[in-house]
Amino acid sequence: MTNDVIRLLGKNQLFIQGDEAAVYGALIADCRFFAGYPITPATEVAEGMAKWMPRLGGVYVQMEDEIASIASVIGASCTGVKSMTATSGPGFSLMQECIGYACMAEIPCVIVNVQRGGPSTGQPTEAAQGDVMQAMWGTHGDHQIIALAPKSVQETLDLTIEAFNLSEDYRVPVILLLDAEIGHMREKVVLPEIKNVLVEERVPATIEPDRYRPYRTGFTRSSKVPEFAPFGSGYRTYVTGLTHDKRGFPVTTSADVHEELVRRLVEKVQDDIDSIWYYEDSFLEDAEIVVVSYGTTSRPAASAVKMARKNGLKVGHLRLITIWPFHYEKTRDLLKNAHTIIVAEMNLGQMIHPITEAVSSDTKVILAPKIGGAIHTPFEILKFIEGEQ
Amino acid sequence: MGFVSNDIIVDKYLRKDMLPTIFCTGCGIGSVMNFSLRAIHDLNIDMNKTVFVSGIGCSSRVPGYIYADGLHSLHGRAIAYATGVKLANPDLKVVVFTGDGDCGAIGGNHFLHAIRRNVDITVISINNFIYGMTGGQVAPTTPLKSKTTTTPYGNIEYPIDLSMMAKVIGAPYVARWTTAHPIQCINSIKKALQKTGFSFVEILSPCPTSYGRMNKMGTTLDMTKHFKENTINIKLYEKLIAEGKTTDKMIIGELVDTEKEDFNAKYKKFCGELK
Repeated sequence: MTNDVIRLLGKNQLFIQGDEAAVYGALIADCRFFAGYPITPATEVAEGMAKWMPRLGGVYVQMEDEIASIASVIGASCTGVKSMTATSGPGFSLMQECIGYACMAEIPCVIVNVQRGGPSTGQPTEAAQGDVMQAMWGTHGDHQIIALAPKSVQETLDLTIEAFNLSEDYRVPVILLLDAEIGHMREKVVLPEIKNVLVEERVPATIEPDRYRPYRTGFTRSSKVPEFAPFGSGYRTYVTGLTHDKRGFPVTTSADVHEELVRRLVEKVQDDIDSIWYYEDSFLEDAEIVVVSYGTTSRPAASAVKMARKNGLKVGHLRLITIWPFHYEKTRDLLKNAHTIIVAEMNLGQMIHPITEAVSSDTKVILAPKIGGAIHTPFEILKFIEGEQ
Repeated sequence: MGFVSNDIIVDKYLRKDMLPTIFCTGCGIGSVMNFSLRAIHDLNIDMNKTVFVSGIGCSSRVPGYIYADGLHSLHGRAIAYATGVKLANPDLKVVVFTGDGDCGAIGGNHFLHAIRRNVDITVISINNFIYGMTGGQVAPTTPLKSKTTTTPYGNIEYPIDLSMMAKVIGAPYVARWTTAHPIQCINSIKKALQKTGFSFVEILSPCPTSYGRMNKMGTTLDMTKHFKENTINIKLYEKLIAEGKTTDKMIIGELVDTEKEDFNAKYKKFCGELK
C-alpha cells in the first residue's frame, strides 16, 4: 500500500502539513473509508482523503454533518473496513454520542481532532489543547478510549498508523489530538518503507457460525477483546449500543451483565497500559523540576528545558505521547525525584489534574497555561522554571 | 409466490432466543416485520449478505429479532450508519427500519441527504404518529389537534409528510401503505428491495397503547378501519384532482417508481476513470 502511495507520488519525502500527514498515515495503515464534514482547521484531512481514496480503492464521502460522519465511519467499520473521520472542536462535540457507541459496541475507528480555541465556535484558525478532557470524558458513561498527541508532522504520520493499530487491537475509538498549529504547520516527512511498518488487523472470528458469540473473549491477543466478524461474513452479528450479553443481545436491567460488560470495556485497555502508554523523557535522572507537556507545547517546553540546563538548572522534561489512558503509576515513578512539576498546556488546566493525582502530595504541581491561539514561547516556560528555583 | 405459513417465516428468519418481542398487544410493528420477511422470502434474498440497520424507538427493535447482521444504532442515526455500511461494502443489501420520530425529527437531516446522495438502501419507516418507546409524546408526524403526553391540549404543529419529502428530494422509489394493506405492503417492499438507489416505504401503523388510547380511537381493529377510511389511493386521488375536487385524506400507494443511478455506481464509475 505504501508502495502504491509512493508510486503515485513518485517520491517518499514530502513537505506537508500535519493534516496531510494524518492522511498519509491513514493510507499506510490501510484506512479505506473516510467520512467527514468541512471544519477549520481539519478540512485538509478531508481534502487529502477526497483526493486519495478514489485512487486507492477506498471510499471518501462528505456527509451532512459530523454526527453523520462518525456514524457512517462506524457503519463502514462494521463491514471490516478501517475507517476514519477528522474534525475540530465543534464537530468533536457533535460526535460524542457516536464515540460512546463505538466504545460500547467495540467498533474500531480513528477520529482526528485538530483542536482549536473554544468553547463554542471560538477561534477556528488558532491552536489550543482544550479538548483533552473532552477526548476522555466527552461521551457519557464509564468507558475508556485511547488518545495520542503528536508533536510534529512526521510524528502525526507515525501516530496515525499507531492509532489504527491500537484501534484494531483493542476495538476502541482512538482519538488523535492534533491542534491547529501541528495541523497547518509544514515540515518534512519521510514515508516509511512498507516492510518497516507494522499494520495490525482486528482478529477475525473463526469459530463455526452456530457457536459464535460476538462478545466472547479470550481468543485474541488481548484477553479481554472479542474477536470480530464483519457484516456479510455469515456470522450474523447483532450490534447494539444497549447493554448486551456475550451474544450481543440487549440485557438492560441486569446489574451483573452491565457491570461485567462495562468493566471489561475499561479493563481491556487499562490492563495493557504498559504497552500502550508512550512517552519521551529527557534529563529526568537528576531533575528537581520537571516540565510535563504533550503535543505542540512539547516543542517550546523542550527548548526551555535545554536553555535551563545550559544555565545549570536541574530541569527535566516529560512528554506524554499517549494522553489517554493515563498511566498514574508510571508518571509517579518518572517524577518521583522532582520537587516541582510544571505542566505546560494550551488551556487553563486539564492534564494537570491527573498529573497532580499521580505524584506524591508533597510534590508541587504548577500550571504554565497559554490560551488565545499563540503557542508558548520557550522563554515563557523558562520563566516558570526559573520561578521555581 | 404462494402463501407461506408464519411458522416458516419464524423458523427461517427470526432469532428465536430473542422472542417474545417487546411490542405491545395490537402494535403494528410486528405486522410490518412480517411483511418485510415475506418480501425477503419471496425474493429469496441471501440473509448472510443483508444488514438490518435501525435507530432507537419501538420500530428500531425489529433488526434484533431478525436472524441476520443487525446494527441497532443511535436515535436518528440509522440512515447515516447504513450509508457507511453500504458505501464500504456495496455487495451487502442494507435495510433500515425506522420510526416516524427517528426518521423525521432527530434523523431528518440524514434522511434527506441519503435521498439526495441516492444511497442504495431500503428504508422502511413505521409511522405510528407518536413516540411510543418513551410513552407517547408528540412526533413530527402527529396530526393537528391530536393528544399526546406532551400535547395534553392538542397538537398545534403541522405534521411532516415523510413520503412526500422523499418524493420531492428525488428518491427513485417511494410507497406508502398502512398495516391494513398487507399485500400492497409486501409488494412495495419487494419492489423497494429490488430497486437500486434509495427506496422508501412508509407504513402507517397502529399504536393502540399510546396514540390510540390518548385519542380515543378504540382497538387496533378500529384504528385499522380509521386508516382505511382516512387514506386515499394515489390513483383515486389523481382522478379527484382531475375532476377539480380535493380531499384531506392521506395519499397512499406507489408514489414514485423510477430509475436513478445510485451513489455506489457513480463512485465506481469515476474511480475507474481516474488512474
